[in-house]
Amino acid sequence: MIELLAQTGLNALYAASYTALVAVGLVLIFGVMGVINFAHGELFMLGAYAIVAVYADWNLPYLVAVAVGMTFVGIVGLGMERAFFRPLRDNPLGGLVASIGFLMILQALVSMGFGVRMEHVPPVTQDVIVITEKVRLPVFRLAVILAAVVLLASLWAFLKKTRFGWALRASAQDPEAAALQGISINQTARIAMFIGAALAGVAGALTAPLISVNPHMGHSVIVTAFIVIIVGGIGSLEGAVIVAVAYAFVHTFVTTFFDGVIADIVGLLLLLAVLIVKPTGLFGSADRA
Amino acid sequence: MTKLAALLGFGAILLALPHALSFSQQEILVFLTINVLVVASYRLLTLTGEWSLGHVVIMGVGAYASALLSKRLGIYVPAAMLLGAGTAAMVALALSFPLFRMKGFYFLIGSFAAGEIIRLLWKRFREPFGGPKGIKKIDPMPDFDIGVYVFDFFEPISYYYFALAVVGVSLWVMWRIERSPVGLTFHAVHWQDRLAEASGVNVRAYRTLAFVLASGFAGLSGALLAHYIGTINPNSFDVEQMVFVLTWTIVGGTATFYGPILGCVVLTVLNEIVLREAGFEQMRPLIYGLIMILSVLFMPKGLESLVRGALSRRNANRKMTGETEATE
Repeated sequence: MIELLAQTGLNALYAASYTALVAVGLVLIFGVMGVINFAHGELFMLGAYAIVAVYADWNLPYLVAVAVGMTFVGIVGLGMERAFFRPLRDNPLGGLVASIGFLMILQALVSMGFGVRMEHVPPVTQDVIVITEKVRLPVFRLAVILAAVVLLASLWAFLKKTRFGWALRASAQDPEAAALQGISINQTARIAMFIGAALAGVAGALTAPLISVNPHMGHSVIVTAFIVIIVGGIGSLEGAVIVAVAYAFVHTFVTTFFDGVIADIVGLLLLLAVLIVKPTGLFGSADRA
Repeated sequence: MTKLAALLGFGAILLALPHALSFSQQEILVFLTINVLVVASYRLLTLTGEWSLGHVVIMGVGAYASALLSKRLGIYVPAAMLLGAGTAAMVALALSFPLFRMKGFYFLIGSFAAGEIIRLLWKRFREPFGGPKGIKKIDPMPDFDIGVYVFDFFEPISYYYFALAVVGVSLWVMWRIERSPVGLTFHAVHWQDRLAEASGVNVRAYRTLAFVLASGFAGLSGALLAHYIGTINPNSFDVEQMVFVLTWTIVGGTATFYGPILGCVVLTVLNEIVLREAGFEQMRPLIYGLIMILSVLFMPKGLESLVRGALSRRNANRKMTGETEATE
């Protein structure tokens, strides 16, 4: 029993790592631009397909493929900002609708380019760390966890220590006051969109060898990300990370002891419960709502 | 008088229309008729200012309920359809308690979550919902004879007339609701909710009423769909379908009764005639996505704004010519 719990805990930690990357990106975009990017799951999907193209099809090293995926998805994010989030800045519902439209375009483009069938990505490494007979941690999963921690730590350092980070946080708190201080709203929106999209892309790229890659994989990702950012309090980066970890544990344990669909239902019920009781989320402040 | 003549002419065109179409086009016409009811009911919901992402799932509730009632309990199909609509309304009433604690963006996400929960329940419970494969061999409408016309529901043309009658009556009811004091209160709740509340309007009750009524009609459209195609599953009512409804509504515009219907008809015709005939069927999601983005960016008031613009120009011209005649 202890061993099953330990193994499930390790699985949950892995799930938490990529969930946190996706959710933090979504929160960053919302914080600075005030718009929910419904296409965020599809950015994750694009990152995974970058691995299919660069690593599996062209046989380039895995790390190169991850870097390519991250940059490429970041640039797609810049394109989204310029194409519709910026013109629709005063119209949050319009931005949301446009991102739903963009989601369909991305799915259709990937389906046409790669086909709708599941893609197989060859494993990067088969090594497994054997802790006990029944508790095993594949090295690749450990690498994903570590990569997520490093990425989130560098994001934190960027936001707290650099001038760009200050500007970003300032325009998230109060866009008008920030603009009066000479901070370019377009500039901070571009940075936030690039980082947010790149985080989703890198999460997709990191997990691609371990999951089934298909054009519709973004759906479950965006549902999870919604649950995490709303429970965490929309606009709160720390809340997103903490809830991502907590939610991953709940979801993984319910999946292990019941089944995956029940786990999804539990997650959505949690989301509804938080929306009913405290719509600003567990870590959110009222004025951001 | 001219209005009545126009209405009769329009009705005659609708009755004659399927005879000019091929078999597969007649089938599309049936779907289009059902979808008109979906978007019109969606607009009823948006009258109070709330946008739901769960409307298609509610439509599915009507479809599942009607299919199960007729298949398991042997209830006469038209009665099962009405009960399906009632079930959808009841589910909406139950959902309204949690959902209407939220507004705007939170309502959007909340309705999405509630819809997903319902869809997952269909997927999870094979008994009675049939699991991921859904319900197959749903009883078709029984044939009947009204004297002047024999309804044979193996023919899409018969089902079209049946659906047209149901949708026509539903649209008329919705139109009357919007014109009634209740409908005016819906508008007040949307545009001046504080003022409405201060004037003694129970804002939440009216939001709930709009949601329940809209869901009832959505359920009815789902039931119409289920007994026509004969098989439904959780994916028949997924987010992609919701996106289509959203696109039709936004492209059409929600300021007028005909806006969403216009959007639905124009995009369906465009899709079927332009895309399918030209062999671009695979690119449908792509083109819908593009249309969605472009219409939000460049036509935020929808197709209806073009119609209104044309009408007001015509009226202005008339006035001008009238004035010049008077001065002469």
